Amino acid sequence: MSIMELNGGSVIAMVGKDCVAIASDLRLGNQALGLSSNFQRIFPVTDRIYVGLPGLGTDVHTLWEKFRFRVNMYTIKEEREIEPETFAHLVSSTLYEHRFGPYFIEPVIAGLAKTPSGGVKPFIAATDLIGCLNFAKDFVVAGTASSKLFGMAEGLWEPDLEPEDLFETISQALMNAVDRDAYSGWGCVVHVITKDKIVTRTLKGRMD
Amino acid sequence: METSFAITGKGYVLVAADTTAARSIVKMKTDEDKIKILSPHLLMAYSGEPGDTIQFSEYVERNIRLYQIRNTLTLGPSAAASWIRRSLADSIRSRRPYAVNLLVGGYDTSSHTPELYWIDYLGTLTKIPFGAHGYGSYFALSLLDRYHDPEASLEEGIATLKRCLDEVAKRLVVSPGKYLVKVVDKDGVREIEI
Repeated sequence: MSIMELNGGSVIAMVGKDCVAIASDLRLGNQALGLSSNFQRIFPVTDRIYVGLPGLGTDVHTLWEKFRFRVNMYTIKEEREIEPETFAHLVSSTLYEHRFGPYFIEPVIAGLAKTPSGGVKPFIAATDLIGCLNFAKDFVVAGTASSKLFGMAEGLWEPDLEPEDLFETISQALMNAVDRDAYSGWGCVVHVITKDKIVTRTLKGRMD
Repeated sequence: METSFAITGKGYVLVAADTTAARSIVKMKTDEDKIKILSPHLLMAYSGEPGDTIQFSEYVERNIRLYQIRNTLTLGPSAAASWIRRSLADSIRSRRPYAVNLLVGGYDTSSHTPELYWIDYLGTLTKIPFGAHGYGSYFALSLLDRYHDPEASLEEGIATLKRCLDEVAKRLVVSPGKYLVKVVDKDGVREIEI
């Protein structure tokens, strides 16, 4: 029994053309027993940043409360919103604070960074449970279905997808990956972040 | 073995817990009340390590009351559940954690909705339409997937709850004999005969 697989759940994030998407399943279980089909593990950090926290259920809440506190303190002190890359380092250092007794979470970060010219640049990152950052140009995955998500994303993702196509790609990758994983599934939630809006959709999935 | 259930319906939450206090293979007591009334519209069924359960539930009860005295307003179900979760989450990483599993049911008097939260000893919290703890959950959850109706009247809710208790009595080897049932709705908390 691994503590990382106790409650189940998976998260994926993908880069598109001037947009990013982050998606997760909605299952919370106790090993093979399903408890909830509406367990949100993706949270909004700012208007342009989302963070997904797959792993141990108790730490999903504890860590999110910690991030919310630290981002609020940053916003007050700096008098500006946090940038995605800065937030990724905040996540990393928060996790590394507990190097020898970690939170059992592998966060996934997706957001749009501001460029000096006034445009936006897609940003995704993931870390392991002690905060080792992985900046990717294409997609990042985490959770109990991560091995299947790698396969699906590797097969479906292509560069410069428009928001609607990115939504389709990430949804298909996630839905088909979690159907092969006993500990993930029971519906999905997908967020597509673009310059001027965020589209959130809840997907129906197999209930077995 | 210890078992507790809770289901929501139209304007109420039903919470049931068995009444046995066991030590090893011996039943020491068969009329133990394992559902704490935290505030006029809040209930908490607890199970787990004997001793921890009493200590923790009384700690929660007194702190909810303290908040009420200090602020002249009562914590709503979601706020109370979050506070309880945090207490358990802090406890699990302490030197000696509380081994207590909870079902927190309440009626939100501002939004007029019944709410039910499932919390385990790790501090895992989730809002659910129905839930259970203990060995009974393996039988009751699948039954409730089929028969639970969020729009059911109290009579229908009690009938569904009875099906759960009967199923556990029929199929579980170590099934408890007696249950205590409490309901919370707009009029507050009360015990009901089943």
